[in-house]
Amino acid sequence: MSILLHLEGVVAGWQQPATRPVDLSLAAGEIVGLTGPNGAGKSTVLAAVAGRARVFAGRLTRSAGLRLALQTQEVPPVVGLPLSGRKLLALTGASPVGLPPWLADRLDQRLDRLSGGQRHYLALWAVLDTPADLVLLDEPTNNLDRAGVAHLTRHLRDLAASGRGILIVSHDAGFVAAACDRVVTLEPCDVE
Amino acid sequence: MWNELFLLPFLTGLALAIVLPVLGAYLRLRDEWLAALAYAHIAAAGALLALVSSLPPAVGGIGTALAAGAGKRFFAARLSGGASYALLLVGSWSVAVLLAANHPLAERLGHALFDGQLYFADGPTLALVAIGGTVSLLALRALSRNLLLAHLYPDFFRIRGLRAWPTQLGFDVLAALCLALATMSLGVMGAFALVFIPPWLAFRRSASWRGGLLRALAIGLAAYLGAFGLALWLDQPFGPILALLLVGIGLIIA
Repeated sequence: MSILLHLEGVVAGWQQPATRPVDLSLAAGEIVGLTGPNGAGKSTVLAAVAGRARVFAGRLTRSAGLRLALQTQEVPPVVGLPLSGRKLLALTGASPVGLPPWLADRLDQRLDRLSGGQRHYLALWAVLDTPADLVLLDEPTNNLDRAGVAHLTRHLRDLAASGRGILIVSHDAGFVAAACDRVVTLEPCDVE
Repeated sequence: MWNELFLLPFLTGLALAIVLPVLGAYLRLRDEWLAALAYAHIAAAGALLALVSSLPPAVGGIGTALAAGAGKRFFAARLSGGASYALLLVGSWSVAVLLAANHPLAERLGHALFDGQLYFADGPTLALVAIGGTVSLLALRALSRNLLLAHLYPDFFRIRGLRAWPTQLGFDVLAALCLALATMSLGVMGAFALVFIPPWLAFRRSASWRGGLLRALAIGLAAYLGAFGLALWLDQPFGPILALLLVGIGLIIA
């Protein structure tokens, strides 16, 4: 399988280095989990892969023409806006086909009138279902109940089976064990 | 008689009553409603500056507003959280008041700009507003998806290797142009009221983005038509009547 992403001794950070050197490789059709304690820099590594954070040392290589999709922990700001779930999906080019019934029935409701979990899953779906070779997810199970996590796990497996690579940052050990093919654990960084 | 006196002002205001609520919806989306007030003040100050420099006031108003719209992104990193609009608003208000205090002609035009001078709109004004309004509506339609995406998923453009600045700059220039045109006819507060109140009310009740735009448009048009008739009937300046009517509608609906 083709390698989509390769990290060799990568030290990532924002204003200064915030992680220990990270080695990681991800192929098409593979789901890799990135775990570790709070402060280890999991989200920072993901941000570096997305081009948001700086790489201070090491080498980060993306395959040529790689199309990325990124879900961050920030929920899209929709409070006070007349935006429906259907509009959100249409904006990113995501299809509603495959949504769980408890969301499919609410696609025409305003996003700010959905529960936090429903809103989170729709925002996540809008990212997951866009055309991309590598999907980057930062704590995707936040706000999701058990049914949501189970549906997400199945959908990620389907996406991987269709050839996408998926890199997941999560502190949810059960979800990581169920969804990921491999797990890379980051050690805490000593940098203050 | 009515045609000669009021048709051109009526059509000029009508065009603005269509454009401003729609523009206001996108300013509200971006949490930039203060921009409307800032651009209106800049346009007023620019028009006065042009007048005392023996240049056409309309050119000065539109020119300075466009320059502010295009230039603000260069200071965006240092002036976040709406600070750029607050500084532009306070600075341009100061310039306008100082010019009006020291130049008799500027004082007269200053009053007209802040009160609204819709009834003085002539053929060239209508042509300018009609062309600017049509271009603005077409541009908003073209920019709409990118503006919504930039608000909901700020990383969307960078992560896909797309450039976000044409959308940002395009919208800033568009907003500046519309507010400058509106300030010349409706006055500072009349223009601001049409930008701020209809989308504020529409967003509270609408279920969809399109529904929100249409509702904002309907509120803006209804308020404009009512204010035009009322101002004529009561023989009062148009800008304050429009603003008061919109405030009243806002209090009733909200």
